[in-house]
Amino acid sequence: MAFKHKHLLEIRSLTPSEINTILSTAESFLEISTREIKKVPTLRGKTIINLFFEPSTRTRGSFELAAKRLSADIVNFNQTASSLAKGESLKDTVLNLEAMKPDALVIRHYCAGAPYFISTFCQSHVINAGDGYHEHPTQALLDALTLKQEKKKIEDLKIVIVGDILHSRVARSNIFLLQKLGARIILVGPPAFLPTEFKNFGVEIDYSLDRAVEGADAIMMLRIQRERQKSNSFPSIREYRNLYSLTKNRYKKAKKNSIIMHPGPINRGVELSTDLADSAKSVILKQVENGIAVRMAVLYLLLGGKERETAD
Amino acid sequence: MKEKIKAKVMDSRKIRRAVHRMTTEIIERNRNLKNLVIVGIRTRGIYLGKKISKLIKELEKVDIPVGVLDITLYRDDFSKIEAQHMVRKTEINFSVAKKDILLVDDVLFTGRTIRAAMDSLIDLGRPKSIQLLVLIDRGHRELPIRADYVGKFLPTSKRELVQVKLKEIDNCDEVLITEPIKLK
Repeated sequence: MAFKHKHLLEIRSLTPSEINTILSTAESFLEISTREIKKVPTLRGKTIINLFFEPSTRTRGSFELAAKRLSADIVNFNQTASSLAKGESLKDTVLNLEAMKPDALVIRHYCAGAPYFISTFCQSHVINAGDGYHEHPTQALLDALTLKQEKKKIEDLKIVIVGDILHSRVARSNIFLLQKLGARIILVGPPAFLPTEFKNFGVEIDYSLDRAVEGADAIMMLRIQRERQKSNSFPSIREYRNLYSLTKNRYKKAKKNSIIMHPGPINRGVELSTDLADSAKSVILKQVENGIAVRMAVLYLLLGGKERETAD
Repeated sequence: MKEKIKAKVMDSRKIRRAVHRMTTEIIERNRNLKNLVIVGIRTRGIYLGKKISKLIKELEKVDIPVGVLDITLYRDDFSKIEAQHMVRKTEINFSVAKKDILLVDDVLFTGRTIRAAMDSLIDLGRPKSIQLLVLIDRGHRELPIRADYVGKFLPTSKRELVQVKLKEIDNCDEVLITEPIKLK
């Protein structure tokens, strides 16, 4: 049952039982955030550094609160503006931070593989908080926790993931995770954002949202990254909305109790209509809440105890 | 780890009598039973706590809620232990503030579990009082902690292990003293 990895770099290399260990640990942590004193002393004396090379409010804040609720000390280094601009290499930045003796580094980077690269020379535990178009493991874990809560199980669920799949690390981590736990996954998006190569992951592809949502248990909408609208592959917002926006009429085709998920931030009226985003079927805020518990679980499993298994 | 059984110190009858005796002591001492809540420490403390709650209901017709406490997050040997302890849920669905808490565990040994449990309870609110009930007190305290209600005092050596088994999870009620066998 113990989780024996030193780092959390991706979902792809985890086993289903390791994923379930993280999820059940996270379930135990949920209650702490509802207490009057939202803090346990577990990671007292541990130092965690949030090292973000890309803007993020939710993920960074969520890691920060998770660390604080476990009594760890956490420091934010926002590298978008500082030494990188002065020409310091990634390796030098990390080595300098390591000299400050942290126990874990939480890394968000615009290059896929940056957390892996850092883990090759670094003594601390490395946690990937999103790297390029590669993975965003804690997002997939909090999505899985939300699905488990809402649907009791993940096996055999029909889950539709809609949007700019090509540029989405959230989609990739979710594909790996949900597949390991036995869900049926259908990817939907404009062909330019959904190359047929995704079939190699063993998932289904559909270019029609109307068809794909039929009988779905959960619909996961991805954010349309407005940054990318300038590229030629992006149709107009209006065209995108007509074809791929989740509207009430489209949602009606899904299963009766199907849930709507979104990793945030939402572009209201683009990928998701406002009334659906605020409806009872939307679990978007639940996802945010679960994010803290999942990140507490990851920090606990990586930093708590030594990595050897013995009987109780 | 293999172990050999050295003695069976309690059977189901003895356990039942000890629980019964302790329950009457609890009733005697807590005039305001309505203010009492029970918190069982995972895992066997929960079942002992439930037995006591049921007995109080039979004897005094008062419903005493039973909560579940997981102390993993409050352990003081956290960075020392080799095994990673799985965190499980703490389920206390009532407020502990201003309550008289009866903390229940199966074996009292070093006292560190109880220290962790008390810290954890106080983080949940400010109880009026905390009392401690254990089925077995085996000695060897490392902290200044003692139990208010004890099923049986059991002098042991530090090498020995005391195993409490309860029907709800172990299919039988008994208390054993065992000793790990040295592998040559």
